[in-house]
Amino acid sequence: MLASILASGLAMGAVYALIGITYNTMFSASRVVSFTAGQLGMLGGVFGSLFVLRLGMPMIIGLLFTFACCAIIGVITEIVAVRPVLKSLDQHLYVLSTLALALMIQQVTAIEWSTEPQPFPRIFGIGSGGITDERFWLPIVACAATIIGLELLYRRTLIGHAFLAIAEDNFAARALGLPERNLRIASYALAGMIGALAGFSGGALLLAFVANGFLLNFYGFIPVALGGLGNNRGAIVGGFALGIFQQTANFLVGGIFSSVVVFVIFIILLLAAPQGLFGASATRRV
Amino acid sequence: MQGVASAGAAAKETNYASVAWSQFVPLVVVFVLAIVVPFVSNDYWVLIATRAAVYWVLVAGLNLMIGFAGQLAIGYVALLTLGAYITSVLAAGNVMPPVNPFIALGVAGLGGSVFGVIVGLPALRLRTFYFAISTLGFATIVTQTALAWQSVTGGGIGLPGPEFPAPLNTHWGFYYFCLAIAAFCTWMTYNVAQSRFGRALIAVRDADVAADATGISKPRLLIVVFLFCGALAAVAGGLFASLQTYITPEAFTFDLSVLFFIAVLIGGRGSILGPLLGTVILTLLPEFAAPLAAWSTFLYAVLLLVIVLAAPGGIAALLDFKSRNPLQSNRAIVPRPALLDDVLAARTRGGVITLRNVVLKFGGVRAVDDVDLNIRPGEIHGLIGPNGSGKTTILNVISGFYRPEAGEVTFGGVQLDLGKPETRAARGIARTFQTPRIIGEASVLQNVMIGGTIRGRATFAETLLLLPRHRRDEAMLRKMALQALGSVGLESLADVRADRLQHSELRFIEIARALMSQPTFLLLDEPAAGLAADEIQRLGQFIQEIVRRGVGVMLVEHHADLIFDICHHVTVLNLGRVLASGTPAEIRVHKEVVSAYLGG
Repeated sequence: MLASILASGLAMGAVYALIGITYNTMFSASRVVSFTAGQLGMLGGVFGSLFVLRLGMPMIIGLLFTFACCAIIGVITEIVAVRPVLKSLDQHLYVLSTLALALMIQQVTAIEWSTEPQPFPRIFGIGSGGITDERFWLPIVACAATIIGLELLYRRTLIGHAFLAIAEDNFAARALGLPERNLRIASYALAGMIGALAGFSGGALLLAFVANGFLLNFYGFIPVALGGLGNNRGAIVGGFALGIFQQTANFLVGGIFSSVVVFVIFIILLLAAPQGLFGASATRRV
Repeated sequence: MQGVASAGAAAKETNYASVAWSQFVPLVVVFVLAIVVPFVSNDYWVLIATRAAVYWVLVAGLNLMIGFAGQLAIGYVALLTLGAYITSVLAAGNVMPPVNPFIALGVAGLGGSVFGVIVGLPALRLRTFYFAISTLGFATIVTQTALAWQSVTGGGIGLPGPEFPAPLNTHWGFYYFCLAIAAFCTWMTYNVAQSRFGRALIAVRDADVAADATGISKPRLLIVVFLFCGALAAVAGGLFASLQTYITPEAFTFDLSVLFFIAVLIGGRGSILGPLLGTVILTLLPEFAAPLAAWSTFLYAVLLLVIVLAAPGGIAALLDFKSRNPLQSNRAIVPRPALLDDVLAARTRGGVITLRNVVLKFGGVRAVDDVDLNIRPGEIHGLIGPNGSGKTTILNVISGFYRPEAGEVTFGGVQLDLGKPETRAARGIARTFQTPRIIGEASVLQNVMIGGTIRGRATFAETLLLLPRHRRDEAMLRKMALQALGSVGLESLADVRADRLQHSELRFIEIARALMSQPTFLLLDEPAAGLAADEIQRLGQFIQEIVRRGVGVMLVEHHADLIFDICHHVTVLNLGRVLASGTPAEIRVHKEVVSAYLGG
């Protein structure tokens, strides 16, 4: 029993952590927290099921198409919902513009795809229901791969350094002549792919289900809020902690009340530490 | 001069009554039209109109929260769900003997106000997106609980909604019942909007720092509003359940939440009429575009995006014809200090503000390093020094925005609460800001009235019901604000939107707002920055007139001429330390000051 709680907890935790990284990648490039992060996770599952099961593409082609589609949606987010409101960040219009876009994605998916959960293909066909089943370890592998990939990107490549520079100090980066706008678009494309990977690798757990969008928005934001906005390490730790905590609560008090428990604890923790457990302190007001 | 001014004020008085009236008339027109609906259509349209009325009961409250206070509660369907289930469960008798539906509706209102506060609490500490997502989480949980708690809520199968006794069980009867409640709610929120509470909400939204400085306690204000909004939303839920005749958790989709907050945003912030029209339009939209019914939420989302990107003012801004009239171009600010006697009539005299050994560090920088300072009533105390010497930081310590690490700040021998800016107005300390913190979307008069918020006596409940104490408050604040505006010479701009004014005018409006709290001490943070030479001269005279009436002024400035002209005492700071302190004549010849700052 403990093993299965741990297995599903880590798997869900990996998905939450990936959505958290999606939030952070968009935030670092633009100081915008976007409601499309969870929708990208949902689309990862829907596109995967669409390309592989419905259109019969080979797995790897389906994955590449899913990456491409979600990257495009990431870029659309940047153009439609982020760029126009960047000038007035303090008015928090981005909350509304990205929410509007998330709602549109949600509605189009509900109407053109389905409002019911649809099956997701098995990727390798390894394991059959036990805790060695691929649906438990695939998200963890995907999460590990993303972490390693991002580390290499940020530490070893020039464009990665540029990403970091933008995240650290936007104005200084622009003063150095960095192409801030193109880097931001690239960040959003990257965020789209990370979100897609979350949905694709977690497809067997979450299915291709339109309602996952706002669910992932919420559960993916919890690790970000607790870990501090823009802090990937915090998001990963927070994501896995949330996954295991949620599955334990599931087992102890039942599925539906476990979400009440998660919510209440989330709010209490946030009220105690509004900047997150690893976040920076507040900015000056006057 | 004074006679002329008060005659002008009287003319203004009637002008404002008519302005308030002209805002109320369209609301009356909407409800008169609504009364006619059953006579000119069929039962189907009565049903749709009932739905619009029920939605408006919720949106009317939500409007105060989103449109006025700027708190983006996107999951407010949770409170509709809660109200619907409380009313239905009590009326159906699932947990105790069946209750009269009216009593059930009342209980739902009480329950709603409790949960309204619980949902709203995170807003007191969290930033916008965090709050939005926490309301979203709450919405998910309420629906899931309704699904799971089968013994009470009937789970997925649901339960019948409450049935009200005759004549409210007919289409017409129920419609007029809902319409009456909607009209009552409109009236109450209108009263709030026109009150010091409504203005304080907008201040919290657009100029929270100024709200703190004028003594508005954000938590207390918001909690009262959350109570009210929650109650309205839950009552709307009870009516909704009765309208549906049968409720299941699926009836309360997130789409409904979307409709609610988009109705407010399409309507426009800080308006009552706009969101009312928004609610009606969004309720009717799917009816007129039947083939598009499935796409209605998509349409709402598109509307939201268009509104945010293209017309942030919403319907209310489109209907605001007054703000398109050009203003007179070559306006001059001519203060009338004689009016200050009336403006400062209720002022209490106080002691000395004393700073002793105050230390404040930002990271490794000692921004204020062991500073002693005495500021006396009836004196102008100038604070000068190069950039980064700690002038504004000291002002922020006195006004409570920064909390010093060591040292003490006393006023008349009594400790000031460190780091609590909202307590200063009540102690008689008012301030202005380096960049004027003005609410652009409110009128100049409303901006000034905000300064007197703590002088109001009526409770929120009295304001809701337009009771006498509330009306006395408003009359008093309006009179004081017109006097204060008159004293700085800007009363002709009283009903102009503040964002249409020039920078120099905003500086004087901030002073007028600060005078509204009848301060013992006035802290001015670079009031002359951005002013023309003749304006600086008039500002100087005006400050002297204020001080002549016993007020103490602390003046942080870079204009050395102004400082040496009007100050009684000057303190020079350098790198967070006091470099010199004395009369202007002493400072002018102080060797170190001349070499460090004034230049020889």
